[in-house]
This record gives sequence, structure tokens and C-alpha cells, in this order.
Amino acid sequence: MTGTRTATPRKVLSALFVAGCALCVGLALVPLGFVLFFVVSQGVQSLNVDFFTHNPRPVGEPGGGMANAIVGTLILTGLAAAMAVPIGILSGVYLSEYRGSRFASAVRFAADTLNGVPSIVIGVFAYAVVVLPLRHFSTLAGGFALGIMMIPIITRTTEELLLLVPNALREGALALGATRARAVFTVIVPAALPGIITGVVLALARIAGETAPLLFTSFNNRFFSASLSQPISSITVQVFTYAISPYEDWHRQAWAGALVLVTIVLVCSMAARLAAARVASMRGR
Amino acid sequence: MRSSDFGFRVGVGAFAAALLLIVVAIAVSLANDSSLSIQKFGFAFWGTSNWDPVAGEFGALPFIWGTLYSSVLALLIAAPVALGIAVFISELCPNVLRGPLIFLTELLAAIPSIVYGLWGIFVLVPAVRAIETAMPDALRALPLFSGPPLGVGMFAAALILAVMVVPFTSAIAREVLRTVPPSQREAAYALGATRFEAIRAAMFYARTGIVGAVMLGFGRALGETMAVTMVIGNNPQVSLSLFAPQYTMAAVLANEFTEAADALYLSALIEIGLVLFVITLVVNVLSRGLIWAMARQSSPRPATLVPRGSEA
Amino acid sequence: MNPPLVKVRPVRDPLPAAQAETLKIDVEHLSFFYGDKRALEDISIKIQPNVVTAFIGPSGCGKSTFIRTLNRMNDIIPGARVEGRVCIDGEDIYRAGVDVVAVRRKVGMVFQKSNPFPKSIFENVAYGLRINNLTSNRSELAGRVEESLHQAALWDEVKDRLHESALALSGGQQQRLCIARALAVKPDILLMDEPASALDPIATQRIEELIYHLKVKFTIVIVTHNMQQAARVSDFTAFFWLGRLVEYERTDKMFTAPSEKLTEDYLTGRFG
Repeated sequence: MTGTRTATPRKVLSALFVAGCALCVGLALVPLGFVLFFVVSQGVQSLNVDFFTHNPRPVGEPGGGMANAIVGTLILTGLAAAMAVPIGILSGVYLSEYRGSRFASAVRFAADTLNGVPSIVIGVFAYAVVVLPLRHFSTLAGGFALGIMMIPIITRTTEELLLLVPNALREGALALGATRARAVFTVIVPAALPGIITGVVLALARIAGETAPLLFTSFNNRFFSASLSQPISSITVQVFTYAISPYEDWHRQAWAGALVLVTIVLVCSMAARLAAARVASMRGR
Repeated sequence: MRSSDFGFRVGVGAFAAALLLIVVAIAVSLANDSSLSIQKFGFAFWGTSNWDPVAGEFGALPFIWGTLYSSVLALLIAAPVALGIAVFISELCPNVLRGPLIFLTELLAAIPSIVYGLWGIFVLVPAVRAIETAMPDALRALPLFSGPPLGVGMFAAALILAVMVVPFTSAIAREVLRTVPPSQREAAYALGATRFEAIRAAMFYARTGIVGAVMLGFGRALGETMAVTMVIGNNPQVSLSLFAPQYTMAAVLANEFTEAADALYLSALIEIGLVLFVITLVVNVLSRGLIWAMARQSSPRPATLVPRGSEA
Repeated sequence: MNPPLVKVRPVRDPLPAAQAETLKIDVEHLSFFYGDKRALEDISIKIQPNVVTAFIGPSGCGKSTFIRTLNRMNDIIPGARVEGRVCIDGEDIYRAGVDVVAVRRKVGMVFQKSNPFPKSIFENVAYGLRINNLTSNRSELAGRVEESLHQAALWDEVKDRLHESALALSGGQQQRLCIARALAVKPDILLMDEPASALDPIATQRIEELIYHLKVKFTIVIVTHNMQQAARVSDFTAFFWLGRLVEYERTDKMFTAPSEKLTEDYLTGRFG
């Protein structure tokens, strides 16, 4: 094109901008790679059968494992789910069925707020509500704290998924004479169920990795415990205790624990993505 | 039919009410349990910087300083990177890369805080220590870089916070950019804009939402506990230096809550928790408000029929 | 009624050969593909300067796609591919090494739905001038903005509120603002993709009057699904169907005695 030509600085600036954005992506991937590399390389060394079957040895003695911590994490997340799944799903149902009401807006606001509350503050709350009255640290307190964190996640994902269910389904059920309750629980929720389950799994993965709310609720325990009113060990708190200790052997076990945590997270994330992709392809989207 | 629908609404509504109740209960419980400390110390609590609970001294200034300083530093690093990622993924990257990149950023967000903290202690802190030792003496004289090269300190905390905040902020910024109508970019291109200029026009359109995304990231950083407490040094001092070990509100709660022997100590800690709760609440509400305001701007104005002779 | 198949016949060129040297737009055998799908097939058309040419045809016939090839707006769509030549003032804009940004400054575009930036009226018109560094000081910038707003017949309505938000204008005013914005960079050619389809009849009429006045200085190509508008506004009309150019003729002749049966069927409403 003769006549006016675009000044080169503009083009250079544009190219630099594109390069800069690509650089940002690289900058974010570097720590990811770093963290994963160290967790895997350091953790794999200490992962052995003992790790999964033995309890911790007394201070200073080498060996032992995190068996009780693994069981503890399972119990705590199970407790949390038992508390959060009903409240979360039903709240999500309410938010999607009665979208416009002022109460629903308040609940939605509360859910978003709760999502943003730092996990340590939730631990403080659980301490005040469960630990103080019971007078000691307990599994119940830890499960309670984790449950509170799960509720808003499940609520929002459930609400969004229920809204995706085509209105035609609801109208079809109502037209056949179903009550609202029937229509929701026998038609709409089942239609969204795969997504809801995925949401629950992702929420579980997230709270399985939480440490702060457990520090002074479920505290820690060197032995196996299945009692709700006693403190219990968990992978996250155990990793923390080991990491800040001066013992080499404990440091290695901390990396192994971290590897277990990262594996749980990875497996759940991929499973959730696969499930979501399958649901999307089944719907023909 | 009517009464069973009503029963349904009340039944399900009760569970929704439980959610609301929990949030209110948190606020009430925190306020209640910190009343002892609030009444005893008043605002001086947040004005003094001497924290020595054994001697009965409760100056909480270092904690709010450390929280704000570390979070602001983290945002200074994380915000441009997060925006760069958001722009790259939503505007610039080849389609085939998009899915994997989104998965990787989600993975970055999903890694537990404790794992970042572990990596922080054993990998990041020694690296920072090496950087600090290698710093020329001329720079060391500045208050920003003063102090012994311990490795643990504000700099390490800001770095690790930045890493943790980036995926979250970029995911929200990506969502915000998606709501910009394509016609805005097209208008810019049609006027002869370069790639950068057209994206800049889109980002201008989305500016409120982008600020909201950054603020939400800030709110996240404020409440981050484990990774920070493992690399910040946990020393209650107010210092401008990036090398100095400092303390945050979340970190002191994590470390000292189980040590609180008497009611006043506990109440003081809970007051710290209350303020942390309020600050994050305010930041989150403001940022969500900004994002909502931007979403409203995108909705089109209705066309109006006006009589001849006036505007058309 | 099944629309008849189109026989590919060379389109009769309505321009006398002597004017070939002064062609503004000369398209030769243009085909356009979205990935593997062919959207435009072998289009050749010659457009003189300072005339209004209307592209008409049913929805999805390729007229919008074609107009966007004239300023390379289709480049931003991934998988878009062009074969053939589009010569503007004798130079092929798809030749390797061509400065796309300069092409778009020379060939301006107004879109179906007005898309002002969320800035002031002044800043909207000034945008193209600023990014292309077309003015050297504030007063020159203000002068160009005023000139463009005059050309778009909007000046009198906004001269007292230049720094208010463009989004506060009515739909018709916003569209004229977008025209002013496009005119500010002084293009030679103005492409208008259904510029009045989102506007009420009164606003539409003002845009049509504007087009009539603008053709003195600019070459205008307008896509419209409204045949009556094409008849009112244009000097030449091109009828597109299923990605092909069926007929290209002087407007008065096409609307009274079209050469192709397909054109006649479309104009009389047998299909659409």
C-alpha cells in the first residue's frame, strides 16, 4: 500500500506485548514444574510399604509412616462430606428453584462470603464452637471446620448445574402432575447428578489438602484414632509438623506426604475433567 | 399441591438458611470471643508493635503490617503475570494449546498450601538466601534490603504468595475478558489497530472487572496461612526490609493459638482473627461488586423510538 | 418452492472498458474458505470510485463475508483462507508483505450493530487518529474530530457534550458516531455492513441521507438485506446467492429489468 505506512514502533510494541504475555505463561509454569519436580523426586524416595502401614515412631527414631494420618484424613473428609453434602446440595436446589427471591440473594451472598473467609478463621470458629465446649481437640471439630469450607463450594456448583438443566424437563414433569418436590428430586437433580458428584469430588480434593483449620481443631495424634471426641492425625498437619522439625528423616516423610496429597489432587482433577467432558459429549454439546 | 410445594420450600429453605446462619454465627462468635481483648486494649491494640504475650504485652501492629505488606508485594508481582496469562489464553494462544494451558493453571491452583510451604522451606528459602547473599553492599545499605540474609522473610513470603495467587486471579480475569463483546475488538481492528492496540481496547472495556479480579486475588493473599508461615520467619516486627523476617495475622494464629494459656491471650488472638475476617470480607464484597458492575455495562441499551425533529 | 440451481456464467460487467484504469476496487476470482468449507466462490467485481454499491441477497449468501475480505477483517478468524486477488487502487491487498494496518486505515468499516468504545464522544472519534498518529497537536486533533462529526451529520447534536459518554447516545446517534469514527482516519473506501438494520425507520432515513452525501468524497459499499434500501441508496447493485455473485448491474437497470432469472425471482420475493 503506497502512501501512509504503519510506524514500526507500533508493530514492535505489538510483537513485544505478545511475547510478554507468552513470557507470563512461562513464568507461571516454572514454579509449577519446580514444585512438582521436587515433590515427586523427593517424595518417591520415602514412599514405601512402611509409609502406608506404620504409625510415626517416637521423636528421633527413624522409620515409621503416616498410616494413621492417611486414615485420619479419610475420616475427616468423610465427616466433612456428611455435613456439607446435604446442606450444600439442598441450598443449591433452593438457590436455583427460587432464584429471584430476596432470601436467595442473601444466601448466595453468604455462600460467596463464606468462600472467601480465610481457612484459619474458620478454624478459630470451629474452636470456639466445638473445642471449647468439649474441652479438648477432637475429630468432630476438625470435620466441622472442613465441612464449613465445603458447603459454599458445593452450593454454588450445584446451583449452576441445576440451572443448566433445560427448563423443558421441569415443565414436562410438572405437566404430568408431579409436585415441585417430586419434579426436583426425581427429574432435575438426577439430570444434573454427574456434575454435582464431580463438584463434590473436587471439593473433597480441595479440603483434603487443608491444614490451617485443623491445627487447633483436630490437632494431631501419634496413634490411630477412631473416636470422634479425640484428636486425630491428618496428612496435612503431619506434613507441617515434620517440615518444621529439625529431623532429616521427618523431612523425607514430609515430602512423601506431600506427594500423596498432590497425587490425590491430580487424580481428582483429572477424573473430574474426564467426567465433565463425557457429560458434555453425551449431551451433544 | 399447594401445601406440599410450601413444605418443599420451607424444607429446602431450612438448609439454605443453615448456610446463612453459619456466616452470621462466625461473625458473632468472633466478635463475642474477642470482646475481652477489645475492651481491655481498645485501638491501642493495633497501634503498638510490641507483641510479648508472656509479659502481657499485646501489640498487634506487626501482624497487620506484615499481612498488608506481603499481600501488596505479592499482588505487584502477580497481577501483571496473571493478566498476561489471561490475555494469552483468551486472545493470543493457538486453539490447540488452550485446553492444556487452562488445565495447567487449574493444577497450579489446586496444589495445597502446605505443599507450597514445604517447597518453600526447602527450595525457595535457600534460593532467596543465595540471592540475598549475592546482593551488592551498595544496595544492602537501603532500608529495603537491609538485614542479615536469612532466606526467610518478607521477600520469600511475597514470592510464594504471588505464585499461589496467579492462577486464581488469571482465571477470573479470563472470565471477565470473555464478557467483552467481540465487536469492540473488531471496531479497533477496522480502524487500523495492531494486535496490542485492539486487545488494549478490550481491556479498557473490561477495566472494572479486571480491577475486581485483582482485588479478589488480594483477598486470597490476605488470608493465606500455611505457605506464608513456613517462609516468612514469624518474627513480630514492623520492617520495610524485604529481608527481614516478619509475621502475618494468619501466621500468628496458626502458630500461637495452641499456646494461648490464658483467656486474655486467647481473646487477643481471636481479635486478630476478627479483623482478618472483616478485612477479607470487605475486600471480597468490593471486588465482587466491581465485577458485577462490569457485567452490567456489557448488556445493551434498549433501542428507543424518538419523534422526528429531535435526535435520531 | 425449491430455489433453482445457479449456472456459473461470467457476470456481465456494467462498466464500460474505458474506465478500467480508474477502478477503485478490482476483485479477481476471489474464493474464500473457512477451513475446508468454501464460503465464497470465484467472485470477480469491479467498483468505480465515488459510487455507492449495494450487495444484496438472502441471509447466509456470503455478502457480509465478501465485504469483510475487502479490508482483510476476516484475517482475525482462525482458519480463514483467501484465493484470488483484491486490488485496491491497483494493488493487491492480499499480496505477501502488505501492511494490513495500513489497508484498514484506507478501507474503513461500519458494523451492523453500533459498537462505540466506552469512552467519551470525542475520544471515540479521536481513537483512530491517536493510534495511527495522524495529528501532531491537540488543536489539529480537535479540528479533525469536528470535521468528522460534521461529515457524519452529528456535530450539531453533540457539539455541547463532546466529553460525555458515547453510550448515552441513542442507537441512531451511536451509529452515526461510528461512521464519524471511521471517517476520521480519512479512508478512501467506506464499507457498511447492514448499517441501519438495528435502527428505527427515522434513524435509517438519516443514515441513507448521509450515505448520499458521503459518496461525493468516498467510495461506499453497503451490504443490506433490505432491497428497497438498495434501490433508494445505491448506484450499482450486486446480487449474491450461496457464495456466488449472480448479477452485478446498475441499480436502476437491475431493479427494472434484471438479466438473470434468479435475480428476478429474488427481487419479486419468490424466495428470500
